[in-house]
Amino acid sequence: MEKKVKKVDIIFETALDTSPLDVLDKTLQRSADDIILELIDSGLKGRGGAGFPTGLKWKFTKNEDSDTKYVICNADEGEPGTFKDREILDRVPEKVFTGMTICGYVIGAREGYIYLRGEYNFLLKTLNAKLDIFNKALKDRNIDFQIFVKSGSGAYVCGEESALFESMQGFRGEPRNKPPYPTVAGYNFKPTVINNVETLVYVAMICRIGAEKFKALGTTDSRGSKVFSVSGDTPIPGIYELELGMPLSRFVDEFGDGDAKAVQVGGASGHCVPRKLFADTIIGFEGIPTGGSMMLFNSSRSMYNVLKDYLEFFTEESCGQCTPCRVGCQQLLKGIEAVKRGERPPAYLDEMKKLTGTMRIAAKCGLGQSVGNPFNTIIDNFREEIIY
Amino acid sequence: MSKYLVNLKINNIPVSVEEGTSILEAAKKLNFSIPTLCNHPDLTVAGNCRVCVVEVKGAKLLAAACATPVSEGMDVSTNSQKVRTSRKHIIELLLAEHNSDCTKCFKNGHCELQDLSSEYRVGDHVFLDLVKPKDKIQDISSPSIVKDDSKCIRCQRCVRTCTELQSVSALAVINKGDQQKISTFLSKSLHDVVCTNCGQCINRCPTGALTEHNYIEEVWNALYNPNKFVVVQTAPAVRVALAEDLGFEPGMRVTGKLVSVLKKIGFNKVLDTNFTADLTIIEEGTELLKRLKKALVDKDENVALPMMTSCSPGWIKFQEHLFPSLLNNLSTCKSPQQMFGALAKTYYADKINVKAQDMVVVSIMPCTAKKFEAGRPEMRDSGYQDVDYVLTTRELAMMVKQAGIDFHKLEDEQYDSILGESTGAAVIFGATGGVMEAALRTVYEIVTGREVPFTNLNIIPVRGMEGVKEATIKIKNVKPEWSFLEGVNLNVAVAHGLVNAKLLMEKVKSGEANYHFIEIMGCPGGCLGGGGQPIPTSPEIRKKRAEAIYAEDASMTLRKSHENPEVTEIYKEFLGEANSHKAHDLLHTHYKVRKRY
Repeated sequence: MEKKVKKVDIIFETALDTSPLDVLDKTLQRSADDIILELIDSGLKGRGGAGFPTGLKWKFTKNEDSDTKYVICNADEGEPGTFKDREILDRVPEKVFTGMTICGYVIGAREGYIYLRGEYNFLLKTLNAKLDIFNKALKDRNIDFQIFVKSGSGAYVCGEESALFESMQGFRGEPRNKPPYPTVAGYNFKPTVINNVETLVYVAMICRIGAEKFKALGTTDSRGSKVFSVSGDTPIPGIYELELGMPLSRFVDEFGDGDAKAVQVGGASGHCVPRKLFADTIIGFEGIPTGGSMMLFNSSRSMYNVLKDYLEFFTEESCGQCTPCRVGCQQLLKGIEAVKRGERPPAYLDEMKKLTGTMRIAAKCGLGQSVGNPFNTIIDNFREEIIY
Repeated sequence: MSKYLVNLKINNIPVSVEEGTSILEAAKKLNFSIPTLCNHPDLTVAGNCRVCVVEVKGAKLLAAACATPVSEGMDVSTNSQKVRTSRKHIIELLLAEHNSDCTKCFKNGHCELQDLSSEYRVGDHVFLDLVKPKDKIQDISSPSIVKDDSKCIRCQRCVRTCTELQSVSALAVINKGDQQKISTFLSKSLHDVVCTNCGQCINRCPTGALTEHNYIEEVWNALYNPNKFVVVQTAPAVRVALAEDLGFEPGMRVTGKLVSVLKKIGFNKVLDTNFTADLTIIEEGTELLKRLKKALVDKDENVALPMMTSCSPGWIKFQEHLFPSLLNNLSTCKSPQQMFGALAKTYYADKINVKAQDMVVVSIMPCTAKKFEAGRPEMRDSGYQDVDYVLTTRELAMMVKQAGIDFHKLEDEQYDSILGESTGAAVIFGATGGVMEAALRTVYEIVTGREVPFTNLNIIPVRGMEGVKEATIKIKNVKPEWSFLEGVNLNVAVAHGLVNAKLLMEKVKSGEANYHFIEIMGCPGGCLGGGGQPIPTSPEIRKKRAEAIYAEDASMTLRKSHENPEVTEIYKEFLGEANSHKAHDLLHTHYKVRKRY
């Protein structure tokens, strides 16, 4: 067994001999079904965190009968502790555009949109300049596909795909009822593929290097590699592309400061893993999936403060429309404060854990459904830090 | 094309329903009721309160029954342990944000959240109280609507009502997360925004967050005051709805009992807004004919056609805000309520030897906008505020209960005279299309000398619940003095609910529409669906009230406004002729341009 984490260079690799447009030209000579089959074969799953098989998503959308379809690149990267999409859009935007164009070709869309997080507007100027060149290249090739950027306004919930569509359509960024799913009724209620920035780059790269090379990395459930945003108590914070399926202990050995007591895997809405579970926790879809955020905490950190921060974040960032999320988040936040102050007994934490059970199954979207992840894992592993 | 049937099981009982049916509707078919709060039969599905969650076998998440369509082979439990636990949690969460001062709440006993918490026995409040002190300060700026944010459960029924049914959007969602709330443009008070006071939001608010500005105590005080002579007028739509708040099924006509109960409550005279509805037809019909003459004979290009009805104060304020360029198209006639007030404190006060300043005019209305209308500065032509207090149908029902009167056992009584006589044409003012039908019955007969050519005077094309109705009536064989109307096709249109009014106004504004006369009622179904009517409301309930209205019309001997003997008498004795100078002073008004924002 290897001791070190395996670093990979696919996403940011800039080969001198093959430009993204070369990949595009080559790929568009293949049939749409052929591309879908290769994506399914590669085992590529969405890199935003939810992990839906990309090939299947494309296939469903392709099979919808509609004159108008859309490709959306979800660049709303709002999960606390995640900053890899920003880097990808800054360094290799053409790969993102290429992934989108391939998708447009496969599903039969003529328009693609990058929904850019409001806080990333500083990228807008260069991104648009590069888009102009790319769009022109598409026109020159008689490819009926154009890409545009739409800016968000900073709401976390707009990373949720249906809230993102609402926001793009000019409404409040509030998640929709599902079904229908985006593959049937997405942006403008038309069939839509919405993929994370990183996913689209992997699509372009799988089209270049082939599914076999991609599959050679990772595990059966978690094929390939993934870009991680490493932050917190680490001497080497930053962005790393790593093979999926490693135990968390190996990650901590590589990135920790020697005193790691917990890692928050998957951002605020992810899971908190304590030191005693590092060795048994696999980073991947068979263990703890992540959109890439890895926050390390050493023994100087108060996990009460960490949890309180997360709950304050969710209390503010809930869209507010559904009861379990809007009121649930407030109850969890005020609840741990009340326990800390001794106004409620420690057993009240268990009442709140039951509440997260309701939030998990009854909230309208992923935001409310996942608040229980950090809450329960921190309460379960650091109960004494919450109470005293 | 018929839809596919979908087979599923709910609580282990098989059922087949049409594709696209929600789990909620499918469960109803099997007589399983699933609680709802944000859902309403008049509105689009929101799926945000989550009270209706059910368990679908094999799914990780619970499904909102209102928002989830059935699918083949679905296996649904509406009352599993998971469902009950979650549902109870959700109700408790809503209560944590809700100012539960139920015993002091105007909606006490009429609150859907209260019913639900009582059903689920959520007495032991598990969660922390989240009511913000500043939300407890009610917005009482509007004479029609009181908004209490501390009672709001964010179901957004009001927002959808204001947008989808009324296209006003005075109420909207602002902020997010724990700060999310229902507010107005720049969070101004309700009186200072585009709100038309229609009260449709009140009819759909499940809690006490939106209620009418009530004047019950003021009216009792007037009744107890020995120096005041208190007369009451009752709008047409009240008599077909009041019973719903007193334990009867929708669609019950209680005109005689209404009169009787008002007398028992202690009003000095019980009179009828229907009388001034008949009078409105004479004034408005004459005005229409005058405008047509100006346009057709005098070729006056400045005459504003189509002429539009002006009985509905919500509609009037809507027009003032949104289509100020069409204000001249509104009939200058006051609404029947205000005609009544102006005549009560002049003609009638004289007649019965009561000083105007000692008279208190109370109206019982299906409407909350009437409360605003009564306070308009234009409505003081008697020298005093013409109508002093406006009570909704609901407020009257409360007074009936407070007075300890057993409504069921009351004998029918007759309206007092004068200002109490009316015709079938007046009672149909309460339904969409009614003013149009009443006007046509009279105008056609004035012009041709013959009855309007519809069986039993029932002008079916302008009846019913379609949003916009159109009709064309050919005028033939006219009397000599109306020769300019010979062969004219009179084009009329009727809209109810302001979203439909807006559609029609946009057509008028663009010149696309070619009507002579338009009736608009601000509320869905007309006054019978008014913002002051008993809660709940639904298309079925409004349909039953409409049937009652038309049954009342059919039961009457006099069915044409111009046959009302009291109307004839008041012209002879007091007003002179229709549209006379005196009539203009007392019965007509003007409008003002209001800003959209």
